[in-house]
Amino acid sequence: MTLPPPIVQVRGLTRRFGTGCPACPELTGPAAETNQCPRCRSVTACREVSFELHSGEVLGIVGESGSGKSTVVRLLHFDLAPTAGEYRLNLNGAAAAGLPWLEPGQNLFELGPHQRRQLRNRLMGIVYQNPLLGLRLKVTAGGNIAERLLMAGWRRVERMRERAADLLARTEVPVERMDELPRHFSGGMQQRVQIAKALSTDPAVLLLDEVTTGLDVSVQARVLDLIRSLQRELQIATIVVSHDLGVIRMLTTRTLVMRYGGIVEQGLSDQILEDPQHPYTQLLVNSTL
Amino acid sequence: MSRPARAGAPADWRDGLPPGRDGYSFAFLDAGAKREIRRRILKAVAIPGCQVPFGSREMPIARGWGTGGLQLTLALIGPEDVLKVIDQGADDSVNAVSIRRFVQRVTGVRTTTDTPAATLIQTRHRIPEEPLRPHQILVFQVPIPEPLRLVEPSEKETRRMHAEADYSRMWLYLYEDIVTYGEITIGARYPVLVNRRHLMDPSPIPRWDVERLDRNPALMLFCAGREKRIYALPPHTLVEPLQFEDVPFRVESFAGRRCRRCGSARSFLDEAIDEATGRRSYACSDAAFCEKVRKAGGRTAPEPEEGGP
Repeated sequence: MTLPPPIVQVRGLTRRFGTGCPACPELTGPAAETNQCPRCRSVTACREVSFELHSGEVLGIVGESGSGKSTVVRLLHFDLAPTAGEYRLNLNGAAAAGLPWLEPGQNLFELGPHQRRQLRNRLMGIVYQNPLLGLRLKVTAGGNIAERLLMAGWRRVERMRERAADLLARTEVPVERMDELPRHFSGGMQQRVQIAKALSTDPAVLLLDEVTTGLDVSVQARVLDLIRSLQRELQIATIVVSHDLGVIRMLTTRTLVMRYGGIVEQGLSDQILEDPQHPYTQLLVNSTL
Repeated sequence: MSRPARAGAPADWRDGLPPGRDGYSFAFLDAGAKREIRRRILKAVAIPGCQVPFGSREMPIARGWGTGGLQLTLALIGPEDVLKVIDQGADDSVNAVSIRRFVQRVTGVRTTTDTPAATLIQTRHRIPEEPLRPHQILVFQVPIPEPLRLVEPSEKETRRMHAEADYSRMWLYLYEDIVTYGEITIGARYPVLVNRRHLMDPSPIPRWDVERLDRNPALMLFCAGREKRIYALPPHTLVEPLQFEDVPFRVESFAGRRCRRCGSARSFLDEAIDEATGRRSYACSDAAFCEKVRKAGGRTAPEPEEGGP
């Protein structure tokens, strides 16, 4: 049996902050044990990151602070521009319907800003660690969801409100609080509004950047439960970034371990957690479990 | 700009001008300033609704008092033009009178209060009630040219939004308004989409006038002197107010009300409250139109009730 082509394909993704020099690739990365080049002082946040994500799959990216995992997610969400790399999406007919200019196999980093914005709005959902980044706190919870629908061309207030109420109900936010400002919500509820917003346009890819960090343990568990059940129900290809191996174990099927901007180990999540091969992964697993 | 040929115009524009321009060039602005402003107007006309920056000059009135409109008027006016200046519809308010007198003094052009007789009309916050004709130019004074300023303080960001036609934030503002108040609460400065591309601030005209921008046969020019922006609606340009399919755009309603002076029921009315008795009364905001209706005997033969849009 041949597998269908992966929905996301990333090749050689690299992002450097600073001028860069020819020695950078050699003097930075996991082997050099730093991500700052001693010659030109440039920081290579991620280097030569390649992976594939299949439809319905959940991929984990784990690593310590500064390992480049959030940079990868921001590059994939077009929040940052890469120094080098290729990024392709293989969409089925329904997902590509609103984007007639999108050619199959096109490198998305070569698209113009307007096309990137459309693509991001239609096909990607992101949930940030800090709800401040993903939500407009001066706009009602329903309005936050409506913003993405408006961007996608919705022009009926009633239909947008129905959609927002439906999503909030699914993410366990009381629907009667739809017209309240999210800054009056608790942290866990803000995070659930963010998830509802990310799911509003039925994205093909969902990016979760440290979603449970900063929440207390019982709220963390509820948010994780919610993500897991929504993911199973909607079968969205998902990338989960976390430094918390518990989150990785609970949500993901496959995991990349990053250090100093490079991938040091990858494989099935269970395998990586039970039988880590790379010394850094061994340290990571031993220090948390 | 297509203007009617001026039959019998003097060969040299200096001929036939009244004395007493006190050593200023015709229409006050120097040739360099006029050329700058005219070039910017051409660009603005070529991209309807797009804000074009220009080198705004110091004027002998304070910024914020119509320097933008005045600069357009002075850059466009010729000796054969007939000028009308209105302020909220009135020809006789201090601001309108001062600007009209100033332009008259530095050009010697004829002035009028009659809308069809004017070739160039400078206006603050109203469109004359009488329909405009082709070859007329309407110049708007604009306080805030950026429609997105309401939702985004950064100029860099609003320029990006215009470049990518990303107006979702403005739509979101309208959605929030409907959710919070049950309707869109923007009274004046209602945002419009020009030529299905650029979001434009129509200057603080009432909603009543917004629909009259659409496919108007006259050339409409907008200028903000303080903010240094020119934009334009060429004749017959498509102008649509932002509206939801299930919450359509509404203009002000004067149902059952008439002008106390001329009896008109189809013009934009100003409300006045008598402080002694507390009674409300209504009068046309466009004073010249009101006068015309009155002279034609509008008071004795009132307009039918269903005449208002």
